[in-house]
Amino acid sequence: MDEKLPPPSPEEQEQRLEEERITRRTFLMNVGIALNALVTLALAVPVVAYVVGPVLRRKDYLAWVTLGNASDFKPGETTLVTYRNPFSDPWDGDTANVPAYVRCAEPGNYTVFAINCAHLGCPVRWFSESQLFMCPCHGGIYYADGSRASGPPERGLFTYESKVENGKLMINAGQLPTLRNRASAGPCPGAAVPKTPALVTRIETCPSTESRGTSASTIG
Amino acid sequence: MPEYRKPWYKRLYDWLERRLQLEGPIKEAVLHPVPESTASWWYVFGSASLVLLILQVVTGILLGLVYTPTGADAWNSLQVLNHGLPLGWFLRAMHGWGSNFMVAVVLIHMAQVFLFGAYKYPREFTWILGVFMLLMTLGMAFTGQVLRFDQDAYWGLGIGASIVGRIPWIGGQLVHMMLGGPIINGATLTRFFALHVFIIPGTLLAFTALHVWMVVKLGINEWPMPGRIVRRETYIQEYNELAHTDGIPFVPGAVWKDLVFSAAVIFAVVFCSAMFGPYGPKGYPDPTIINTVPKPDFFFLWIYTVLSYLPAEMETPFILIAPVVAVAILVALPLVAGIGEKSWWRRPVAVSSVMFIAVCFGVFTHLGTYTPWSPQMNAWSGAVVPVEYLQRRSPLERQGANVFQEKQCRNCHAIGALGGMRGPALDDVAARLTEDQLIRQVLLGGGNMPAYGSALTPAETTALVSFLKTLRPHYRPTASDASRQVVGQAALPPSSTMQPGGGQTAVH
Repeated sequence: MDEKLPPPSPEEQEQRLEEERITRRTFLMNVGIALNALVTLALAVPVVAYVVGPVLRRKDYLAWVTLGNASDFKPGETTLVTYRNPFSDPWDGDTANVPAYVRCAEPGNYTVFAINCAHLGCPVRWFSESQLFMCPCHGGIYYADGSRASGPPERGLFTYESKVENGKLMINAGQLPTLRNRASAGPCPGAAVPKTPALVTRIETCPSTESRGTSASTIG
Repeated sequence: MPEYRKPWYKRLYDWLERRLQLEGPIKEAVLHPVPESTASWWYVFGSASLVLLILQVVTGILLGLVYTPTGADAWNSLQVLNHGLPLGWFLRAMHGWGSNFMVAVVLIHMAQVFLFGAYKYPREFTWILGVFMLLMTLGMAFTGQVLRFDQDAYWGLGIGASIVGRIPWIGGQLVHMMLGGPIINGATLTRFFALHVFIIPGTLLAFTALHVWMVVKLGINEWPMPGRIVRRETYIQEYNELAHTDGIPFVPGAVWKDLVFSAAVIFAVVFCSAMFGPYGPKGYPDPTIINTVPKPDFFFLWIYTVLSYLPAEMETPFILIAPVVAVAILVALPLVAGIGEKSWWRRPVAVSSVMFIAVCFGVFTHLGTYTPWSPQMNAWSGAVVPVEYLQRRSPLERQGANVFQEKQCRNCHAIGALGGMRGPALDDVAARLTEDQLIRQVLLGGGNMPAYGSALTPAETTALVSFLKTLRPHYRPTASDASRQVVGQAALPPSSTMQPGGGQTAVH
């Protein structure tokens, strides 16, 4: 017959717990936590890289796309063209088709405008009669050279970098143009146009360039 | 009753309960006493939001049986749902109308909680969680609109990308993150699919569980009485007294109104779905179809309005700063104003803020329904010139009417109540502007008008202005240039009320 030991007093229990906190078991639990933290970290690297993949690869997305024979774009005309996004997946369907405007101001001088309004990206429409681009969303209006005419946009239409090679008009395309997107947001259209009369300085264009509206010669 | 005499379902229940042991906590939750004043029709919006959330989960899963989240096929799969499958249209309608009702009920719930001071001590964190739940509800509404993947969704994404692209330094990277690539395409849709189906609803459900948990633990806010001040030291005790002396058990004392209202809301969703059908999808998501007028869903129309009325230089700061400030104010509210008066009778600023926000929301949404700032793209070819504006006119003036239509003036200027509203209606322009002013305005633009100098030949300008000069009601005189008359006739016009020499400063 063995005698039962008296139960430990509360103080004794507290003391034993205190000892327990710094024992091998606590240490091993801490090791377990540390191991899990390490594994989580190791897992986080590929996960984060996977999620931000589109950002890491962004420089690869630009490619030269052929829009057609340069001679097909008549001087003085602005033409709606479409091209296939150079980096598309089969399941993109028709969303991989992108529209753009080609303006041929004079023979050999081509400007390719993005369809997206510089305000919030809606598709602008070209009206050849009034020589204006109009945006259906918030009412941004642009002149034929892409400079801002009125409405909420802060700048003129976005332009693509373009070149003519072997008689083909090509643009450097592949990105949705936004204000923070240097690749597609080319210089402000009409930056090299002479200074305008003070009467029309209220018509603002690109913040970096001089104000301009209509050319003075048309007034008289 | 001995165990073997009990009916089989009671024995099954007992068997399960002995293992689950859920009866205790559930009974405690449903029978907890609440102040009798909270058994009110004003307190039903929270539970209705929860019921709508469950409805959205159920209908969403059912749509997920068919919906194909690829850029090429999403739109087609919605067409199959709408037309090919029995009652597929009804499920889509339930999900769409359920979403509208959920946003509306959540907003009402929030306004009620705010006006009743329910965010004050000790329910501050319930409110803060609620703010993020509101953001997630709006996030669900936006991402759901994207999954509809029609032209509105496509260009709505473009608007989202343009807004994100305005963020300094990292905007470009964030656009690529958001779109899942450099441009809107299939990868964008799958990203938003994951957001709409897994990420946001998962978080929202977890937050909802915490939100409801706190409501049960902290008790339902008592009906606010003027003069009953919330103090951190005494509130809990006062509330417990109220709940126990004047209290009733939550079930069935208060819950029956929740049940009736939830049933009514679900019925309203079913009714609207059956009557009005599903939302879209509108045009096929081919970006080369540019003859489209993208528009957001109802609860984002006010943003659409704000974005078109902001001055250009205000736009980026406003878009980037205002939402942060708004969320910061909402989160800080219970921390700053966590004690004091709860009653709306003693909180004039709170009441007027709600009224101000409601009026702004209403006005902006109303404007968003007819977008007076947008040119009407088809007015120049679609809207007729009123016959009386052409009768008894010279050939030159009629030619001017032709120019007026042909040069898309009508897209922004209405005559005879037809045409765009971006610029002023021109039915009385001849009474407002002289010939010189008309010529100047047409050629140089100004105000919000583009300069037409390079788009009009001198002959066209002459014709157009001669037409515009005929546009005035017969009872209003032609606009005249007072200073020219003074110079030309060396006298004031007979209609002038000015005293000769009255404009000069008298010298004594």
